[in-house]
Amino acid sequence: MRIDLEPRGAPSRMLEILAPVAAFAVALLIGGLVVWLLGKSPVRAFQVYFVEPLTQGWSLQEIAVKAAPLALIATGLAFCFRANVWNIGAEGQFIVGGAIGGWIGLLTHGGAGQGVLGSWWILPAMLIAGALAGAAYAMIPALLRVRLGVSEILTSLMLVYVAELWLDYMVRGPWKDPKGFNFPVTVTFDSSATLPLLVEGGRLHAGVLLALVAVAVATVIFARSLFGFEVRLVGAAPRAARFAGFSEKRLAVAVLAISGAAAGLAGIAEVSGQIGQLQTSISPGYGFTAIIVAFLGRLSPPGILVAALVLALTYIGGEGAQIALKLPLDMTKAFQGVLLMCVLAADVFTRYRVRIVTGGRA
Amino acid sequence: MRKLVMAAAALAASLALGATAIAQEKLKVGFIYVGPVGDFGWSYQHDQGRLALEKKFGAKIETSYLENVPENDSERSIEQLARSGHKLIFTTSFGFMEPTLKVAKKFPDVKFEHATGFKQAPNVATYAAKFHEGRYIIGQIAGKMTKTNTVGYIVSFPIPEVIAGINAFMLGAQSVNPNLKVKIVWVNTWFDPGKEADAAKALLAQGADILVQHTDSAAAMQEAEKAGKHAFGQASDMIKFGPKAQYTSIVDDWSAYYIGRVQAALDGTWKSGDVWGGLAQDMVHMAAYTNLPDDVKKMAEETQAAIKSGKLNPFKGPILKQDGTEVVKAGENLADKDILSMNWYVKGVDDKIPQ
Repeated sequence: MRIDLEPRGAPSRMLEILAPVAAFAVALLIGGLVVWLLGKSPVRAFQVYFVEPLTQGWSLQEIAVKAAPLALIATGLAFCFRANVWNIGAEGQFIVGGAIGGWIGLLTHGGAGQGVLGSWWILPAMLIAGALAGAAYAMIPALLRVRLGVSEILTSLMLVYVAELWLDYMVRGPWKDPKGFNFPVTVTFDSSATLPLLVEGGRLHAGVLLALVAVAVATVIFARSLFGFEVRLVGAAPRAARFAGFSEKRLAVAVLAISGAAAGLAGIAEVSGQIGQLQTSISPGYGFTAIIVAFLGRLSPPGILVAALVLALTYIGGEGAQIALKLPLDMTKAFQGVLLMCVLAADVFTRYRVRIVTGGRA
Repeated sequence: MRKLVMAAAALAASLALGATAIAQEKLKVGFIYVGPVGDFGWSYQHDQGRLALEKKFGAKIETSYLENVPENDSERSIEQLARSGHKLIFTTSFGFMEPTLKVAKKFPDVKFEHATGFKQAPNVATYAAKFHEGRYIIGQIAGKMTKTNTVGYIVSFPIPEVIAGINAFMLGAQSVNPNLKVKIVWVNTWFDPGKEADAAKALLAQGADILVQHTDSAAAMQEAEKAGKHAFGQASDMIKFGPKAQYTSIVDDWSAYYIGRVQAALDGTWKSGDVWGGLAQDMVHMAAYTNLPDDVKKMAEETQAAIKSGKLNPFKGPILKQDGTEVVKAGENLADKDILSMNWYVKGVDDKIPQ
């Protein structure tokens, strides 16, 4: 006896919609069982984990704040992954974007260098600098790939560590707050270098809008533009793309620039909107988590938005579970893992038919 | 099936009852940890403090914690504790400073305690420990016990607490053995058993016969035990990782401070402030002196008593910087603020502070 996976051809629309729902239900069952084995009420856990964060204004804001960088980076990565370019280094591009954009905030701290211009230009300059820096940093693996044929998987990943150590060095050294007792943090940004809040007294900052805009623009590009078609074609059928006159190399550079810019923009939005200063580390791993988000969203921008929101929900709900139910953090992480496994498994079942073959050839 | 439904109903009822009862009386105390509670180091020791609270106050309080909270994404976690009814919140790592202040502004009726920071607010107190007091003692022990006159020193990050620790160690060592040399390895992490073990092996290979660490895992202690050498533990008592190797450990003991602050919150006498406690407050605690000859043990105990009583200040003058310039004259002590912002080595340390 053996088990075969047969491609289904075009999966039905119904199945595509039902699969994630079923995956979620299975994950809930497994999670509930574990919670029950730990001696807590699964119903209460479900409530704390998934319902309560969605019923309060502040936690909805927190979900948006947490989802925004994930969605923004993942949307950029969708360009790469669709074109078969494997940018694993979004974390590094995020850090460099945040650092270079934040540097402008440091330079203009306390009204320095503003002169007659005033301070209106500081935020736009920070955002643009962040995006450009992220794109520039992604150009290193891009050029190594198209000029020397070096795998961008390795180079982009290695450059993450370079970026981390560089930021660490800058914050411990040249950028250190002179009044900070030699602790490795910079000054906190002036309000002119801080992304405005969308809700008075809340945490929802304008960076969240950047993510929404990026998702909308990317949706249009993929659906309506020649460039979107080119990305898909080069990824799916490189030979056909060559006949069509598309240059694989030019496209690799372009998609790396786009994803680098998106990650850099996410970085500066996080630094300016959420953290409010530069620290030795500015990312809790957003650049890596975004890779998961990109695939969970099936590389489609609206799907990515949903995936980012769901993942953000599990973080907020997980903290709620730690507080209200005294469930350990490991439980939250395990549940996130179960959820991802179920979604991926459901993905397989929508695209393939499982057939149990009995007898047959040995 | 009916049994199940009834059980569920009973459970729901008891939950609801419990919730209203709690809301009336209990003080909810929250903790934010930067690492996992199982790290046997920094976060573990803070959690020991939390457990001491539960033991002491029993039903009068309820405690919760969030562990492994990344410093750059901690504001939400702190706010989540404040929103869920916690009225006293301990944020136990330096990187939680700005987020703590931000949340504190939004919740003026919640009291915050931030470990190792330097910014206070009416509802944000800070607290830290004079770990350098313990380091002076282990410096003296190392000065007496080393046969190779070489001590390996594994350090995390060049922040003032760590630099002051190296200096206090060196001053302690020099007070009994002017020939002692330290070899310093920066591992750029607070907790990475693999890296710490590698550093320990390298230092032992370079002739160090005693290891000192300002990182949190027990890796160096285990390496010393394996090699038949000696070591000092950090953060928690590491005697079970090095029963033959450990001379003593510098233990962070937050219990007394936490109990005092919770008591103050219960009594309504809590006030913001800045506490920097050492051996005298038992915030810094020396594990039992083991594997030492009687005379060295006696010396260590005497030094500990002298620091505790205030007779001896580890940073008493004269103190010379590496280049020989005098920082403190004989008969004077280095000011607290200079210790808290220390970024220079004393004479005799053969290393450059990473910049």
